[in-house]
Amino acid sequence: MALLEVRDLKVVFQRRGEKPFTAVDEVSFDVEPGQTVGLVGESGCGKSVTSLAIMRLLAKRGNKVSGSVSFEGADLLRLPDKEMRDRRGRDLGMVFQDPLSSLNPVIPIGLQITEVLERHRGMSRKVASKEAIELLDKVGIPDPSRRLSEYPHQLSGGMRQRALIAIALACRPRLLIADEPTTALDVTIQAQILALLRELVQDTGTALIMITHDLGVVAGLCDEVNVLYGGKIVERAERHALFAEPRHPYTHGLLASIPRLDAGRGEKLVPIKGSVADNIPWDGGCAFAPRCPNALGVCREVSPRLTPDRGGLLRCHNPVVPAVAARGGAR
Amino acid sequence: MNTLLNKKKEPIDKLAASSAKGHSLGGEALRRMLRSPVAIIGAVITGLFLLVAIFAPLLAPKDPYERYLQSEVILGQGIIPGAQAGFPLGVDDFGRDYLSRLLVGAQNTLLVGVLATVIGVVVGMLIGGLAGAFGGWVDTVLMRLVDVMLSVPSLLLAISVAALFQKPSQWTVIVAVSMVGVPIFARLLRGSMLVQRSSDHVLAATSLGVKRGTIVLRHMLPNSLGPVIVQATLTLATAILEAAALSFLGLGDPDPNRAEWGIMLSRSARQFLDIRPELAYYPAIAIIIVALGFTLLGESLREALDPKNRR
Repeated sequence: MALLEVRDLKVVFQRRGEKPFTAVDEVSFDVEPGQTVGLVGESGCGKSVTSLAIMRLLAKRGNKVSGSVSFEGADLLRLPDKEMRDRRGRDLGMVFQDPLSSLNPVIPIGLQITEVLERHRGMSRKVASKEAIELLDKVGIPDPSRRLSEYPHQLSGGMRQRALIAIALACRPRLLIADEPTTALDVTIQAQILALLRELVQDTGTALIMITHDLGVVAGLCDEVNVLYGGKIVERAERHALFAEPRHPYTHGLLASIPRLDAGRGEKLVPIKGSVADNIPWDGGCAFAPRCPNALGVCREVSPRLTPDRGGLLRCHNPVVPAVAARGGAR
Repeated sequence: MNTLLNKKKEPIDKLAASSAKGHSLGGEALRRMLRSPVAIIGAVITGLFLLVAIFAPLLAPKDPYERYLQSEVILGQGIIPGAQAGFPLGVDDFGRDYLSRLLVGAQNTLLVGVLATVIGVVVGMLIGGLAGAFGGWVDTVLMRLVDVMLSVPSLLLAISVAALFQKPSQWTVIVAVSMVGVPIFARLLRGSMLVQRSSDHVLAATSLGVKRGTIVLRHMLPNSLGPVIVQATLTLATAILEAAALSFLGLGDPDPNRAEWGIMLSRSARQFLDIRPELAYYPAIAIIIVALGFTLLGESLREALDPKNRR
């Protein structure tokens, strides 16, 4: 049994006076300890909603979450509120996209770390402060004892994200969900943060769910990748397989639209046509069909099912043939 | 060469250390305020008023209650002695030194303004805080109550509250004026609590399993206080004006001995405006200046705390 087993997760937004909108549907995946699983897709594909649903952080009002999220055998979606609160921060940690807005602006960094330690590990303020210094040191913040009394706006973007990771890891959770942790940072800092995450995962055996739209991040970090489109998983593959031979036309399109160093001079980037706004509902065919270069007649009539494909999974009527895909190979 | 480099490095390090130290949000707002002339004018007026109010008994040249020139006042014939040696602003209808009464009046005026504002802030924050923290039906019920209070014009509300009491006194004025502030503070705090509730850092705190009470008290409330503090300084100005208005309408403290600007204004304006109009002008000008001071201070505080102006 895996550490985390997500089965048929479905999230429906129900707003009064509006048609219910299915943000996430039929999402199932496993995460093993020490493994990094990527959820990849463009804005609005349901990546963040999936993570919030796992953490049960979606408002109860207006959102219907179904399926099951089993963590060490307990279904997180059905735990009593109090027990879920105890698990958050202790067993499950989360790192958010924008480190500045995710930190409380009016209290010092130190207090934001010790707060969690006091809450879950029953430490006194004094012991927690010592632990906080160690944590900040571990995530690579220089002069950690001075930083404890500083406010979030006094730290640089990279340091804020490091502090946020330190807070999320304070109680050594067994699962860490990182929701686009590098999007708000510049490229050099991104690399440092990713290296830090990789190191922490390897050292502590923490399972990591990496949510990103950046395939570079996926290439550097993830063991297994789930590509989401329109709220459903359209392709799952091991990292190398995904980059070497993307099967779904969407994945292929994503890879082909990345600039590459080994591309010939004057070679143009191939964008994916259209935008998410062109999606059609899944129940009447394939949501990606209007934008898909491989679309057949059947794609607009029959909703494709997720089927095993070369050790992974694929949801497509007319996948890309490997020979063509070779051009979009690993970065 | 090496020593030269070291010498140069030292002040930079010091500078970096000092600039990194103690820059809480409040500190930064304070620095920004010190650069604004409007804020300085407001602070100077407010500061002077506070000093005068606190040290009024020491500053007053004469006893404000002693009827020095009572024998020279013949109200029936319209005679009140004007300004003269020892009485730079003249005397009132009891022959009391007007300057001393104005100075001591600052104290009472401040007391009424501050107490009314504080009570308004406390009650308003309690209502707004509960509504914002719990949401749902608690929010609905409390906010409809606030809507009712807001639907009555503020002065009318104060008058009706003051009229509820059998005997008008200083305290009925304070309570009546504070009721005007309650719905404003409740609205304000609830609004910013709701913003905080859907903020990223509250979500992050929730994702860490922080308890609900801690989230409300440590994460939502302190971040919601900015607009309330600003509104409080602005309300202090209107509270003084409203207390004066209540006194003017005869709903204030009936004790003619009490020196308070609103009472002084209302007595002068009603009884001897035709004889000595300046006796009404002095407290009126004092009220206007102090209200202006608090308003300028409040406005610049709002500007300084506005995150959009943050560099």
